[in-house]
Amino acid sequence: MLKILKKIFNALNPLTPCKKYGLSVWECPQFLFLLIGIIIIGVILATYFIAAFKIGDPFMVSLIVLMIAAILIVIDYIITNSFERIAEASRMKTEFISVVSHQLRTPLTNLKYSLEILTSRNFREIGKKEKEYFEILEENIKRMGDLINDLLTVSRIETGRLPLKKRMVSLEEITKKIIQKFKSYAEAANVKVEFEAEKDLPRVSADPLWLEQVVENLLDNAIRYTKDQGEVKIKIYKDSKRIYFEIQDNGVGIPKEEQKFIFQKFFRAQNVLKYQTKGSGLGLHITKRILELMGGKIWFKSKEGEGSTFYFTLPIKRS
Amino acid sequence: MKKILFIEDESALQKTLSDYLKKEGYEVISALDGESGLRLAQTQKPDLILLDLILPKMDGFEVLRKLMENPGTKEIPVIILTNLERMEDIGRALELGAKTYLVKANYTLKEVTEKVKKVLEQ
Repeated sequence: MLKILKKIFNALNPLTPCKKYGLSVWECPQFLFLLIGIIIIGVILATYFIAAFKIGDPFMVSLIVLMIAAILIVIDYIITNSFERIAEASRMKTEFISVVSHQLRTPLTNLKYSLEILTSRNFREIGKKEKEYFEILEENIKRMGDLINDLLTVSRIETGRLPLKKRMVSLEEITKKIIQKFKSYAEAANVKVEFEAEKDLPRVSADPLWLEQVVENLLDNAIRYTKDQGEVKIKIYKDSKRIYFEIQDNGVGIPKEEQKFIFQKFFRAQNVLKYQTKGSGLGLHITKRILELMGGKIWFKSKEGEGSTFYFTLPIKRS
Repeated sequence: MKKILFIEDESALQKTLSDYLKKEGYEVISALDGESGLRLAQTQKPDLILLDLILPKMDGFEVLRKLMENPGTKEIPVIILTNLERMEDIGRALELGAKTYLVKANYTLKEVTEKVKKVLEQ
């Protein structure tokens, strides 16, 4: 109950958004607008009483009104300045993304391309031992590249700049494609992937590239966190309003006390770190945000040591 | 032999991609800044230009605009090869007349070379 009241108060509190931008009370447009409103109401009432009971002189009344108008103009000026600061903060955030993407990616691209030359077949023969080290380099360059891409995606989502190109796509076809892509990875991990889809599933309105990313993240997690002899079952079905995607594994599961953090940025469960040290802790966060942008939902059931089942839905559009 | 002009200020990248393209049978001329890139495009008449966007002296957008304004160079296909990935940069480059826009970090040398081949065939 107290929590709900706190939430309502936070939503109504005009200072909440200003805290995010580091603006003080006297620079906060939301607060200042409220203040102006109160001043205007107060002034109208005061002017009425002054004019009616104290001063009958229209000249004096006008003078008072003018003075108060001047105060309002000063407040307006402060508000305009604050908006500029907010715009500046947003611009700096965007600039940061651009700088990070360019500055971090440039050296990484150089590493990647140099390695590609060293390992390309028409260059020279590579010994077995050398090859192993080249593979370590390649894998880590890819990991860092993926991490930069994930960070950029998170920043874009947060600044509302993630470009979604929606069209009608088949979730079933996308899932099949991703399963195919993960075939050798699943075999190497000794995990069997089963797939089942209801007949006559409608298409959904979504950005195919991002939907692929969602399915890929979920399947990658399911395989990654399943021990040997594992099984991953994927099902797609529908009701009248939504299409459902279900992915079940018999892997390590998520400890109960950590379940509430699972979609948070950079969160990684303790038991998972014992099996797998790789992973940025951004995959599920991105997955959730992308699904929400496409009108969907995601949730899961999990028991430590027995496995997890993740579900997501996407709305079916009626034509 | 097809002649490719590669305008890129990062010398490591100049070396790797040039080496790769030469192995694939292309002639590669290099420019390390926008101004000399533009000059080489006008004097050497390459069959294709690979252009970075962040460059010293003259940035890639300006180089692209000048290439498209000049009747002598406006028919040369330009591939943007950069790490800028914002929608507005991509839109601006394509609007100015670039054929393709590639984000370096997302492509291997092999894939870049394939794109070069494809654009040259068009």
